[in-house]
Amino acid sequence: MKRVVSLVIDRTTCDGRGLCAELFPERIELDPWGYPIIDGDEIPRSLLDHARRAARSCPLLALHLIESRQ
Amino acid sequence: MTAPALTWHSHGAPGEQMPRLLADVEPTGGAIALDEHLEQWGVLDLRRVGVDLVDELEASGLVGHGGAWFPVATKWRSIGTRGARRPVVVANGAEGEPASSKDALLLTRTPHLVLDGASAAAAALGASRVVIYVPARLTHGMERAVEARRRRGLDPVEMEVMSAPDAFITGQESAVVSALDGRPAVPSFVGLQPVRVRGVAGRPTLVQNVETLAHVALIARFGAQWFRAIGTEQFPGSMLVTLSGRYAGPVVMEAPLGLPLRDLLGLSRAAGNDYRGALLGGYGGGWVSMPTLLEVDLTEASARMWNTTLGAGVVALLPHSVCPLVEVARVVRYMERQQAGQCGPCVHGLAALDEAVRCLALQPASLRGRVEPILELCALIDGRGGCRHPDGVVRFVRSACSVFGDEVATHLRHGPCRLIDAAPVLPIPHFRSAHAATDRTSSR
Repeated sequence: MKRVVSLVIDRTTCDGRGLCAELFPERIELDPWGYPIIDGDEIPRSLLDHARRAARSCPLLALHLIESRQ
Repeated sequence: MTAPALTWHSHGAPGEQMPRLLADVEPTGGAIALDEHLEQWGVLDLRRVGVDLVDELEASGLVGHGGAWFPVATKWRSIGTRGARRPVVVANGAEGEPASSKDALLLTRTPHLVLDGASAAAAALGASRVVIYVPARLTHGMERAVEARRRRGLDPVEMEVMSAPDAFITGQESAVVSALDGRPAVPSFVGLQPVRVRGVAGRPTLVQNVETLAHVALIARFGAQWFRAIGTEQFPGSMLVTLSGRYAGPVVMEAPLGLPLRDLLGLSRAAGNDYRGALLGGYGGGWVSMPTLLEVDLTEASARMWNTTLGAGVVALLPHSVCPLVEVARVVRYMERQQAGQCGPCVHGLAALDEAVRCLALQPASLRGRVEPILELCALIDGRGGCRHPDGVVRFVRSACSVFGDEVATHLRHGPCRLIDAAPVLPIPHFRSAHAATDRTSSR
């Protein structure tokens, strides 16, 4: 089994402030209404710092970095 | 809403017990009383029901009939029974889907079968609380049924009846938990802690559809082998279907899984031409053409091969007397108003989709000959809600654009069709916006 890190968003809390897309443009873009488009793909080690920073900076604490085993 | 008529399909060898859930349910009349129920099925000794019921359910191959088609034994095994906090069992009869009436029918006509199943679940899981969650119009009847059982001392665990608000999403698992905890009946973010781990009052919670529980009541009595006597090897047992558009009003049928829909509907290939298309799975389901419908059999696997779902067992035939795009627009408007107002992509996406689909039906010129903007919106919305509500609307719209492709092209070229004012057929309940209580995003 392998540990996989990915981003999960709490859509019920996200208010579309857009900070995450600014801090992690490699993986997050915004839709026409300003809400993040995020896939559940694995975040490679090289991008982990950016992902962590984006999750930590969300003003509504809606973005989570989760570790799962696959 | 008019009460549905009843019918069932005896299918296969004589001696096969069909109907099952609807046995002794008369076409009209009231609830089967507790005495009649016990005479009909025998007493289910709930004090002898334990965890071995889960093995029996696994052997039976029973899956959930609320729309998700998830194996029941797997779900029950995932409920945390070892912790300090004993589980809660919820019989989910919210049935927010306007095109479905089978749960209401079971609850009003054979309530004790559902209650037997709920009690059996509580016994098997060691639950200390059982909640019967049904629309307000059904609570009185359920309370009477629960009271009759209380007098007989039938259930080891006390049952409470609670009312589900009349809205599309109030039966969604996490919405049920929110409602029972006294919050608005809208889905919540459960990402890391699903309700099976942390549900009602923070306790492990089983939310199970009432039809599924009725099947459990029979499996607990007669066993897995009995259950598997009808249906197919892979998809055993029977299911309830709400059929509309075929007869004067909606009809609830019980049929074995695997039955070809053409047999269920009694439709020949030629008679199929009497309809424009069919909706499977309800307002979060998908449209199929009539030739396709006649190829589908009554299993979720078969429906998924055609990019749709049986959902909670909804089959709606659309007559030629209506414009399918107007019907689609009516349903999308309803679904847009039924979203919980919590998630941006759903709030804004469904509003835009509602507008675009309405244009296609009523003012196609504004789309400048292109259906693509509708499909692009679908792609933008799909999978981006906190629950599956927006995904269902996307499936509904995408399948409509494909199955009614000719009508779409004609509208784009020539404008709205002459059926624009035809009497509507798909039922839209008199609704109040589901997100009135929780609206947060619109104040932005």
